[in-house]
Amino acid sequence: MAVHDSSREIQKLATGIPGFDHLGNGGLPLGRTTLVVGTAGSAKTVFAAQYLAAGIAEDEPGVFVTFEEPPEAIRSNVRSFGWDIAQWEAAGQWVFVDVSRGGGEEPLVCGSYDLGALLARIEDAVRRAGARRVSMDSLGAIFSQFQDTAVVRSELFRIAEVLRGLGVTAVLTAERTNDYGELSRFGVEEFVADNVVVLRNVLEQDKRRRTVEILKYRGTSHQKGEFPFTVLPGNGLVVIPLSAIELQQRSSNLRISSGNAELDRMCDGGFFRDSVVLVSGATGTGKTLMATTFLAAGVAGGERCLLFAFEESRDQLFRNATGWGIDFERMEAEGRLKVICAYPEVAGMEDHLIAMKDAIDTWQPSRVAVDSLSALERVSTTKGFREFAIGLTSFIKHREVAGLFTATTPTLLGGTSVTEAHISTITDSIILLRYVEVFGEMRRGMTVLKMRGSMHDKEIREFAIDQQGLHIGRPFRNVTGILAGNVALVADNEAARLSRLFEEDLPS
Amino acid sequence: MIRCRLKLYITGHSPRSELALRNLRQICDRAFDGNYELEVVDVLEQPQRAEEDKVIATPTLIRVAPPPQRRIIGDLSERVMVLRGLGLWDPDLEATQGDR
Repeated sequence: MAVHDSSREIQKLATGIPGFDHLGNGGLPLGRTTLVVGTAGSAKTVFAAQYLAAGIAEDEPGVFVTFEEPPEAIRSNVRSFGWDIAQWEAAGQWVFVDVSRGGGEEPLVCGSYDLGALLARIEDAVRRAGARRVSMDSLGAIFSQFQDTAVVRSELFRIAEVLRGLGVTAVLTAERTNDYGELSRFGVEEFVADNVVVLRNVLEQDKRRRTVEILKYRGTSHQKGEFPFTVLPGNGLVVIPLSAIELQQRSSNLRISSGNAELDRMCDGGFFRDSVVLVSGATGTGKTLMATTFLAAGVAGGERCLLFAFEESRDQLFRNATGWGIDFERMEAEGRLKVICAYPEVAGMEDHLIAMKDAIDTWQPSRVAVDSLSALERVSTTKGFREFAIGLTSFIKHREVAGLFTATTPTLLGGTSVTEAHISTITDSIILLRYVEVFGEMRRGMTVLKMRGSMHDKEIREFAIDQQGLHIGRPFRNVTGILAGNVALVADNEAARLSRLFEEDLPS
Repeated sequence: MIRCRLKLYITGHSPRSELALRNLRQICDRAFDGNYELEVVDVLEQPQRAEEDKVIATPTLIRVAPPPQRRIIGDLSERVMVLRGLGLWDPDLEATQGDR
């Protein structure tokens, strides 16, 4: 009979690095040393420093063993993250062990040696501070100080053992030359690598993309694969745990108005309270108008609304809205609406996502519109955009907020966009706006392509836009191929015959 | 006259520490006729001292005076190398001592 011995199970130490503990199924393995490897500029030192800084917030003092930069450089480098190391040092919460090579010349080597003094210093610092956390940054520098790599390797092993004996959870950083391939240059993973975390800073289609991956945790579980992260001033490292997003959104049967009575009828009574709607169409088909009326309907119902605009400036948006008889300015003044305009290029996708989440959390809206999602596509890699879209959608659904995203199709007639391909499966409803060319005239058609959990109008309806907004008219008859973009006119009797044909099969 | 002030960092009574100490005493007794000062610091007892001097390896020998400071790490098993490292290698002296 197998006896479950819980005392032997490896416990985790919650690091406090946002999102990371989610990947580690609780954090870092308690009482162990974890190797953090990454190329130059992959934020290893930030990780090491943040690990201690987050510990101090939890009243856990820490020891920082610096092999590379002198303490003064680290103090000033991390100040922008809001970490005042000097103050923590004065309070005895942060202790440096300075192993950085000063200006002095290389010591002469005569005979065999070990790193007993380093071990004694680390041990002493840990005891003095009462430290639970130790960061060692970074390994390459100590290997360059001592030629005998075998000695350094075995001494590092001894240090890891001693730290384990002291009940300390340690992070040891190491450089690698490539984001993929050999783990580190020094073959250290063979002996301190019960736990390996990889930080990457990969160039993908001209964009830098940072990811973190837990390669292994010996004897305990973790999330697998690469997760995007970003480094923010005032915060440090923020990991975005995508696969950890749970599909546990509650769903509501409550309907809300789209802002257009006829569209509500097409959707069998309106959008669901906690659903995400994607409005897709070519430029000028009325996507921004739909987003505007959607928000205006919310404000009219006493709700708080939030608009993220990535295509037009505030002035343009407000002027457009005024043109349709909607006064954004007054809504903002009354505290019902917040409009956030940003150029997609100002930040990376991860930064945009975090900024948007922050805005949603502080403003607490019940409706959010993004105009347009596809504008963000052009500053991102395909993978990065996909992660962004999933991250944002699930975040909004989690808060039971109604969302409306717009997506611009690249062609005037028919067509789909990458945006649709990425998020169509996670949005609850899709509304297509299309140009229809009939007898040399551009007309507009709209259809509700899908609406999860609800009946909806299956016809393609003609609509027009004027000063009062969007008016949905009759279904297109005698026209086929609208969605495909190859519009063809069909004679009247043929259309009638076709519709009779299907009536028998589809009673609805 | 004191010709030289030295500091030797060791770890407890490990064989390597004992060896380094023995080697150093032999070298210095012969080179300076006893006219030197040697301070032995055990990092296990005084880790703070190692911190102040930023000592990493043991054994580490530091020439404190005359300046500039010089460091030699290891068990000091090669006499000539140690003297060179201390900047006290004198071939003439070596020759006369060799004759003696």
